[in-house]
Amino acid sequence: MAGRRKKSITFVHRDFNMSNKSNNLTNRKLLVMGVFVTVGVVYLVRLFSLQVLDKKYKQLADNNALRFVTQYPARGKIFDRNGNLMVFNEAVYDLMVIPKQACKIDSARPFDTMEFCRLLRISKESYVERMAKAKKESYMKPSPFLTQVSKEDYAHIAEVLYRYPGFRFQTRTVRHYPSAIAAHTLGDIGEISQIELERDKEGECYYRQGDYIGKSGIEKSYERELRGVKGLKVVVVDVHNREMGRFMDGELDEDPVAGKDIYLGMDADLQAYGEQLMVGKIGSVVAVEPATGQILAFVSSPTYDPNLLVGRERGTHYKELQNDPMKPLINRAVSGTYPPGSTFKTVVGLIAMQSGSITPGTCFHCSGQASLPIKCTHSHGSSPDFANAIMNSCNPYFYESFKATINNRKFGGVKQGYQYWKDMTYKMGLGHKFNTDIPYERSGNIPTPEYYDKMYGGQWNAVTIRSLGIGQGEVLLTPLQLANIAAMIANEGFYYPPHLIKCFGDSTAIPEVMTTKVFSGIEPQYFRVMKRGLRTVFSGPAGTARRFEMKDIPQCGKTGTAQNPHGNYHSNFVAFAPEDDPKIAIAVIIENGGYGATWAAPIASLMIEKYIRGYTVREELEKRMMEGRISYKSER
Amino acid sequence: MIYNNDSRNSIIGKIDWITVLIYLALVMVGWFSIFSAKYNELHPSIFDFSMEYGKQLVWIGAALLIGFVVLLIDAKFFNVFSMWIYVVVLAALFMVLVYGKATKGATAWIEFGPVKFQPSEFAKMATALALAGYLDRLDVDLRKRKDILVSCLLVLVPMALVLLQNDTGSAIVFVSFIFVLYREGMPGAGALMLCGVLAVLVFVFTLLWGQKTMFIILGILFVLVMAFRLLTKRRGLVPTVAVFMFMFVFVFSVDFAFNKVLLDHQRSRIEVLLGMKEDNKGAGYNVYQSKIAIGSGGLAGKGFLEGTQTKYDFVPEQHTDFIFCTIGEEGGFLGTSAVVLLYVALLMRIVTLAERQRSTFSRVYGYGIAGIFFVHVAINIGMTVGLVPVIGIPLPFLSYGGSSMLAFTIMLAIFVKQDANRLNVL
Repeated sequence: MAGRRKKSITFVHRDFNMSNKSNNLTNRKLLVMGVFVTVGVVYLVRLFSLQVLDKKYKQLADNNALRFVTQYPARGKIFDRNGNLMVFNEAVYDLMVIPKQACKIDSARPFDTMEFCRLLRISKESYVERMAKAKKESYMKPSPFLTQVSKEDYAHIAEVLYRYPGFRFQTRTVRHYPSAIAAHTLGDIGEISQIELERDKEGECYYRQGDYIGKSGIEKSYERELRGVKGLKVVVVDVHNREMGRFMDGELDEDPVAGKDIYLGMDADLQAYGEQLMVGKIGSVVAVEPATGQILAFVSSPTYDPNLLVGRERGTHYKELQNDPMKPLINRAVSGTYPPGSTFKTVVGLIAMQSGSITPGTCFHCSGQASLPIKCTHSHGSSPDFANAIMNSCNPYFYESFKATINNRKFGGVKQGYQYWKDMTYKMGLGHKFNTDIPYERSGNIPTPEYYDKMYGGQWNAVTIRSLGIGQGEVLLTPLQLANIAAMIANEGFYYPPHLIKCFGDSTAIPEVMTTKVFSGIEPQYFRVMKRGLRTVFSGPAGTARRFEMKDIPQCGKTGTAQNPHGNYHSNFVAFAPEDDPKIAIAVIIENGGYGATWAAPIASLMIEKYIRGYTVREELEKRMMEGRISYKSER
Repeated sequence: MIYNNDSRNSIIGKIDWITVLIYLALVMVGWFSIFSAKYNELHPSIFDFSMEYGKQLVWIGAALLIGFVVLLIDAKFFNVFSMWIYVVVLAALFMVLVYGKATKGATAWIEFGPVKFQPSEFAKMATALALAGYLDRLDVDLRKRKDILVSCLLVLVPMALVLLQNDTGSAIVFVSFIFVLYREGMPGAGALMLCGVLAVLVFVFTLLWGQKTMFIILGILFVLVMAFRLLTKRRGLVPTVAVFMFMFVFVFSVDFAFNKVLLDHQRSRIEVLLGMKEDNKGAGYNVYQSKIAIGSGGLAGKGFLEGTQTKYDFVPEQHTDFIFCTIGEEGGFLGTSAVVLLYVALLMRIVTLAERQRSTFSRVYGYGIAGIFFVHVAINIGMTVGLVPVIGIPLPFLSYGGSSMLAFTIMLAIFVKQDANRLNVL
């Protein structure tokens, strides 16, 4: 008891002391509380400035977590006239980079760069160059770093891509050509060039660096229809750049619009056949459907596999093709201009008849080799009428016809007469482009009177420019123009500007220019005379193409053997068939092939047979044509 | 100390419900924030125990249970056994040093079969108990040199052990006991606090402006202060000169301390904080991303589960040390200020309750835990908003983690129990 009491007394005493002490010390709580409150206020101010006043963090957060992914539409497919697939899309993967996010491996960690380069199989220099290009495009937005990565590489790279911030894949498609034909017609797509990009920026502003655009052929002509419209997807990503879902449930997204399919007038079988026939020869085969102007076959030889200009190796292959001395990239059917030689006699004869300078019954004297000023290379009766002259390809006859035309008194002078003649050729589709849907078309050449004034100091006449009468001299035609002449004769007076497209996959109309008849300005009766003459080239006893006559398919045609500055004669031929209901009109030019009947006529005839029959029966001729090789000097 | 053993009234009626409600509010905010930060569409339930949010619920349940048990334990127990608890925890800290498992550079974990725990989380509480128990002794007077020494050793020994574990963050928390010593009237405690603040300021400005400028500035200040003293003829010349001497010497040592004493990562964190170095990809990545997350929240936030920065892992440690980012991003300024105000309210409440205690033990313990909570909150939130260098310590009641949840809850529960029992202290 005592102990306990003592303790409590001590306690009381102490409590008294304590409370004394406490009184001084209690105030100390104010400082402690003051510190707590001060820090709380400082933090509230800081949070207010960070969250409410400073707006930049919102943007930074979006940059972190949002990706604006371009949705590439499927590019339109291309079919031939019978619905055979000629071009379709294959998936590839583009490696994109956001330079801002990739900076980490750009500067601070060079080791990773090396590993990354090994992974992509590119050099360090290439890495630096690509990164610089991407930075120039945009620092904050994704730019292409490595395009068209194959499916196999994609799987390999994608697995470890999380280690490289700022890099990610974007799916895209490349073109694939299942039958590897018609490279020049179909054309190719490639990364947009600086020039194309700048032109786009002035107008539509559709493309971005790294986008693909049609570079040639149909891909170029119908770029706008084939490409469709790009879409946009806003996605949320995590720190590893993995897609976590759509932003705002896809409210800001825009769906891509797929490109239109295109059906060509081309017959894929005929095209393939034409390319086979042209192996080992330089030149061109152009076949047109006279009733529509649709191009059935469009061969330029030598050609190449269009699949070469696809994918990562496109650049390398393009360079190889560009450096090839045979110039396979050139589409000779529209970019090559040739002296038409005797095939041009059709044009000369038609204008002569239309102008009234000759009649179908007109005969001109021919002294064969002794004829002046142009000798005749064929032996035939001395004074042929028009049809006979066509069959025999009589040089003097057409020289005389040409002379009679431009010297015709009704024009009142040589220059006026020549101007008339030139205007008529223009109406027949010569000396100018058709401007339909064929890129890199050339105009050919029909000289103006002014040209001759300059050349001959104003002193010239029919004799001076006589070569024109037989398709030589300054006159130059593209194979397409020559084929169009054949189609015009087949139609007996008009043509549709030759074009590649037949129709779009949807019901969109093709441009009007391709469905508008163009009249030649020459009356049908003269065409009928012409047709009779051209028929005899096959059927007549002296016809220059009589060896290629087929009993069941009445063909009409005209050979040409054109002198040129490059060596041996160009072997030319124009034809159409059947005579009464022409389904196909064709022009063939074999550079340095010699006589028209040597190469061009048989190839044209085989093409006609193939198209009309669907197969050929002249196996020996076909074999000879396919296996025949013409040797060219390599410096061509 | 003598207790009135009368226990007619139930504990429920006596506990301070304000404290408990603030506590529960913070715990709930933490749980939902962890759910949002680690949300996984494959595991959309907040009760999914395979995910962090499900596990946190388990910890919360365990904490509530143990907290309740603490409330049932006799209030005397913690006073009587404070030294024993302290010794046991010190032993555990030793064991960690010998057998511990290293995580993120710090050797802080100890394993008992499947259960891992972090003794340093409990060391703070044990120190608070020990200090309270010691100062509560009748023969102890903080004006005596011996008692000052013992008090300081009680704090410095566990602090040193934690520091040896490379757990700098937890060690810094022990600095908070200066508040207790100041409140209990330790001579020089106030001066120490002032010197601490001055040291931080001198340190920061020396790094920013360089030694020469600092000497000039201090020189001008010294002259001004001395002139003022002479003019007003006030006393206390010696302490003033001493403080300035201290600062001059400190300026000299800043470069050495910064370049030689600090570790590389600590140095670069400070450089980033002071804007001496821009390194948003490296040392500054955490803070940069954390500021983006919080800053992008705006006034009202993006909404629950609508945040992108924390949910998609842009902020590292988003459910543990950087949990405040989730609140900032999804709750906006309204959310963050609510949480800051909750903490300030909790601290004020604890201090107020501490002041109404009759026993020294309860008061000292109250101040002790208030200081611990304060340093945790100040450092954790400070680092997420870029005011304090990155120091990895959890945000009390909010951060994911069993050890800290249990430790903080027990810490608070002991105080609530002491407070509920205050009238029984004679």
